[in-house]
Amino acid sequence: MLEKLRNNDTAIMLAFTAMVLLGPIILAPFGAGYPDLLQRFAIFGIFAVGFNILFGLTGYLSFGHAAFLGIGSYMAVWSFKLLSMSVIPAIILAVLLSGLFALVIGYVSLRRSGIYFSILTLAFAQMCYNLAYSVLTPITNGETGLKVLSSDPRILDGASEGLPLPSVLGLRMIDTWRGSFLGMDVQFNVGFYFCAVILIIAFYISLRIFRSPFGLMLRAIRTNQARLNYTGINTRPYALTAFVISGMYAGLAGGLMACTDPLAGAERMQWTASGEVVLMTILGGVGTLIGPVLGAGFIKYFENIFSKINDNVLSGFLDFLPETLREGVVWVMGAFVGEGWHLTLGLLFMIIVIFLPGGLVEGFNRIIAWFSRPKGGDKATARVPAE
Amino acid sequence: MSGNRFTRRGLLKTGATLGVGLAAPSFFVRGAHAYVNEPTGSTVTLGFNVPQTGPYADEGADQLRAYQLAVKHLNGEGDGGMLNTFSSKALQGNGILGKKVAYVTGDTQTKSDAARASAKAMIEKDRAVMITGGSSSGVAVAVQGLCQEAGVIFMAGLTHSNDTTGKDRKKNGFRHFFNAYMSGAALAPVLKDAYGSDRRAYHLTADYTWGWTQEESIAASTEAIGWETVQKVRTPLGAGDFSQYITPVLNSGADVLILNHYGKDMVNSLTQAVQFGLRDKQVNGKTFEIVVPLYSELMAQGAGENVKGIYGSANWDWKLPDEATQAFTKSFGQEYGSPPSQAAQTGYVQAILYADAVERAGTFNPCEVIAALEDYEFDGLGNGPTLYRGADHQCFKKVLVVKGADNPTNQYDLLEVVSEVPVEDVTYASDHPMFAGGELGSCNPGA
Repeated sequence: MLEKLRNNDTAIMLAFTAMVLLGPIILAPFGAGYPDLLQRFAIFGIFAVGFNILFGLTGYLSFGHAAFLGIGSYMAVWSFKLLSMSVIPAIILAVLLSGLFALVIGYVSLRRSGIYFSILTLAFAQMCYNLAYSVLTPITNGETGLKVLSSDPRILDGASEGLPLPSVLGLRMIDTWRGSFLGMDVQFNVGFYFCAVILIIAFYISLRIFRSPFGLMLRAIRTNQARLNYTGINTRPYALTAFVISGMYAGLAGGLMACTDPLAGAERMQWTASGEVVLMTILGGVGTLIGPVLGAGFIKYFENIFSKINDNVLSGFLDFLPETLREGVVWVMGAFVGEGWHLTLGLLFMIIVIFLPGGLVEGFNRIIAWFSRPKGGDKATARVPAE
Repeated sequence: MSGNRFTRRGLLKTGATLGVGLAAPSFFVRGAHAYVNEPTGSTVTLGFNVPQTGPYADEGADQLRAYQLAVKHLNGEGDGGMLNTFSSKALQGNGILGKKVAYVTGDTQTKSDAARASAKAMIEKDRAVMITGGSSSGVAVAVQGLCQEAGVIFMAGLTHSNDTTGKDRKKNGFRHFFNAYMSGAALAPVLKDAYGSDRRAYHLTADYTWGWTQEESIAASTEAIGWETVQKVRTPLGAGDFSQYITPVLNSGADVLILNHYGKDMVNSLTQAVQFGLRDKQVNGKTFEIVVPLYSELMAQGAGENVKGIYGSANWDWKLPDEATQAFTKSFGQEYGSPPSQAAQTGYVQAILYADAVERAGTFNPCEVIAALEDYEFDGLGNGPTLYRGADHQCFKKVLVVKGADNPTNQYDLLEVVSEVPVEDVTYASDHPMFAGGELGSCNPGA
């Protein structure tokens, strides 16, 4: 039953849509139901879904995707400055410009594969970062970050008064409705729902790509590119298309980051940001549909919630222990939470890569297989994820 | 490539999802509160957003200690510190408006993105009514903008850029710390006396808003005393190694190096400049000199011996003789075992000033708190008589010119106060060209 549902695209789409739209309620008990983090979940979900189209399907590991994220952000902020505070032109332009950059960078980088490709993309991304940080400061405003000012021209909006805030269809991105649900504080935010709808669309497009002949071709590239070449198929246009699509996803995510918070900084393009999306994808499950979204949520949750647990909070948790014992436990656990969250994440990452090479999705699959074993008899062995 | 099945059903499904998604937000209305994060329980939450990692981490840590001390004093614990010397007696030591003060902390990482994320979490999740902190002007400007949008008060911590209360000034944001223009105005006469009026200056500048405005301010005031600016070189924030920037200084014909760096950057660049032997050089028949326009006790500790005899300016120093400074230093020293830095003092004062303004306004509503702070004159917080100017939300008070002590008596006594420049000498018009282009806008209560 579960097995069938898992392979039914409509069911996947419906479940995904429900999960995303109910995010503020589902995540509230975990302390993650506030707009800023929810927006991050959705935005990095889009980023990782797009990255997975390249890495998961073709196997090309790009270490420079943060460059597209940054380009998308800068473009969106420039659209806020010059065109309009509406987010629609901002994200369209962000996607187009990052697609253009992806075309150029991809055209050069895809001449090589494997580690050479990774290094080339990394080099391009560092180049973009340094350009944004110190060379192109008139365009990017360097370390300070590009901001929206009320005195900017905005030719479509005309002279607007008050604070320039990004909006969609007259609703401001920061507008939030607060309510109470089963005693929990829930916040429904316009910015989050905008990102959520785009995430759902992005996920749907990714699903279609996975199921299409084009997706099959990309998988073929991953499995045996040499063989495809010998049979007379030129694989590079396919790989380049995948690269551009995933670059556009990254640009979309960057544009959305600027929409929810109209400021673009160069640190978004740093190599650590590129590495983060690789981690997200691997943690969630490379080549699986839902994996990257889970991975993105997992890492962002750690970064924002786990990192806030300090010694005082720990002492509160462990109030039941005797004084001396508590101090010891707090001291040990303190190394893994708060500023030490990277350590915990690293350990979890190692555990997952070693024992669950398919990421979180493989973990869920094993659980499902374990539950459905009695009915299916010996046939239901742990299914390896799509790729 | 022929199998892209865009069926009618598929299209309908997508359309329906899209429609539901787009229609959903229109049901939402804003909350019923008069302003955002109105404290309803018995506590009120303040957000302390400081760098705990990155080049300004030391300053951030000290600032956070001061905030925690301020919370103690506001809640009536400890010895009360500067509350006893403060000219306003509105605060009772029972929290703010009878509500106990709670706080949340965050790490800005000295990055605008991280700082904004952290401040947003404080506002949205922890319901903070006021955000304070900084220790980097780029971050302060970014967070100030965010607070203006969200409708909470921002009490800037250590931020020295002209832009914070200049072209990026905001109605919901306030700055107690002095700024680059004031540094220039205070330093120039002292530099003229010490080094003469025929000097050639070379600037190394941290490449972001603070560095830019400080470079502009210092260049303008040194050129006014007859100095010539040879070159201005921008260095990335947190560069670590400055040797590649210092080597060209020797061959530039300059005889003064002005380091527009702060925090660990300044410690590194100054140490390297001294190691390269700049201060032993004779150029144009004069001894080569180094000036660090913005100084702090923590940086002096970091740079050690190298700060001897180097001029700079400061907002406050724990060795000032007035009663308020002594009370604060004693209180801070008892709590943490070391004298407070100027970052700590400005943070403490900002927290107290906010609490006092709320108490006087009788509400946490940002618009009324802003009205209570604007053009407010006070004394007894360590800087002498001070005015919070309403036109740009900048504090006007005396500025200290300091010098690295030649014979420090202990590890905390590394700077000596050369002169206390009176407030008249550092005051400027709110539409001064270095501060022009900004607009306070109107107050935003967020709801």
